[in-house]
Amino acid sequence: MIVTFDIIILIFLVVAAIIALSVKDLLAAAMVFSIYGFLICLLWAEMGAVDVAFTEATVGAGVSTVLIVATVLNTRRRSSD
Amino acid sequence: MLSFFQETIVPHFNFWIYVVIMMIGLWSVIAKNNLVKKLIGLSIFQTAILLLYVSLAVKEGATIPVIESQVLAGSAHTEPPAAEGGKKALPVINPDGYANPLPHVLMLTAIVVGVATLGVALALTQMIYKDFGTLEEDEVLRKIKALHDDV
Amino acid sequence: MKAKIFASLSVLITGAILLYAVTDFPDFGDPGSPPNAGVPGGAPSASRYYLENTYRDTKVPNVVTAVLADYRGYDTMFETVVILTAGIAIFAILRVLRRDDAPAAPDPDPARTDHTIDGDHHRIIVGTTCRIAAPLIQIFALYVVAHGHYSPGGGFQGGVMLGASFILLALSGSLRETLTRFSESDYMRMAFIGIVIYAGLGLLPMWVGRNFLDYGALSGLFMTKGEEMARSHSMLGVEIGVAVTVMSIMFAMFANLSTRGRLRGGL
Repeated sequence: MIVTFDIIILIFLVVAAIIALSVKDLLAAAMVFSIYGFLICLLWAEMGAVDVAFTEATVGAGVSTVLIVATVLNTRRRSSD
Repeated sequence: MLSFFQETIVPHFNFWIYVVIMMIGLWSVIAKNNLVKKLIGLSIFQTAILLLYVSLAVKEGATIPVIESQVLAGSAHTEPPAAEGGKKALPVINPDGYANPLPHVLMLTAIVVGVATLGVALALTQMIYKDFGTLEEDEVLRKIKALHDDV
Repeated sequence: MKAKIFASLSVLITGAILLYAVTDFPDFGDPGSPPNAGVPGGAPSASRYYLENTYRDTKVPNVVTAVLADYRGYDTMFETVVILTAGIAIFAILRVLRRDDAPAAPDPDPARTDHTIDGDHHRIIVGTTCRIAAPLIQIFALYVVAHGHYSPGGGFQGGVMLGASFILLALSGSLRETLTRFSESDYMRMAFIGIVIYAGLGLLPMWVGRNFLDYGALSGLFMTKGEEMARSHSMLGVEIGVAVTVMSIMFAMFANLSTRGRLRGGL
């Protein structure tokens, strides 16, 4: 546990969450959500939860992004907000 | 100001951020108009809960919850000679040296179940798009209303 | 507009209450906090028992795996059932089985059509690389499943990685080609086989009069000396069951979501 690293990642996390929700292109939102998943995976590893970090790296940064991209490409890419 | 920062914010910084991320997720679930945006917000909401649980499991100066081979091999030194008794002495493990494993287990399964439910939600979104041709919540509601007015 | 004001108000009120509660939380990283050490004067925390006794009970150094597959095996079993249920739900919601399933609405985005051409020249480099990488990913995933006792890893992580290798093949090559190797009937069957492996290993101890999921009774089956190694081996079997189910359902979700349930064409 390194407190400085912890605080930096947490601030990035909030920024990534806000960007993922405010960007109007849904494909970009999915990509920023993937970055969010990877940041939170770093955070788990930093807090000593290695198994959770491993799961988040495969699921959060990988599969869930692919599922969102599959849906976005099959529906509409633009979002009104 | 600095003392407030050091005494109030820093010891609880993870918990403050968990509340902030939770507020962002909750706000997007209520206020966002696009259904995929709502689902991304829901996933962010979920990670806020995970952050709360895993933050509670952290111990100062502790390592990951995998017992090192040195600790396990350390039992070889404390082992009584075979003549005294056949039973091997077991290593003494200090629980404060390892992160709390229980929240890790609960959150690990929660992540995988979370992606499964996200998949179901995205499938429902695709069906909504197939039926209404849009992903915006207000347009979907307007079309449902028009359908009811026709009947 | 009214909805946004309502949302902001409710979120701010919820956030204020939660922030007020945060000041009563134990300090971050405190080893003596109630979740880590138990309530003063009460029973010690369950996690202390797990950390102190996991190696003695099961001979597994990774405490997370041991708690996941052994001490809380009932919980994990039904989490796996939840994943299977999600896969069946996606099948029920999206899957189109009729032949006359021409798309009702024309594609709104014509730029998308160049994704679906098989044998596209742009795909030669990417497709070949991914076809070479996929077996390596699968071998690593099997290592993750098998080595979960001694290092981070286990059934969920390995299963998601196995599923991701099939997703990679479907994304880089064509979904049709991947489906010839891992067809719909195969993956639905394997999803059930995973649950059957898990629940079957749980039922075996009942044969000799012990409790459900009490793996210590299986020392005769695995020909181990003590009950600890029997529990360790059973955990591996359970992880394999979890991995099979998770792999199948991850690929099923991708295959259905990327083709709108038609399992033809592709992304």
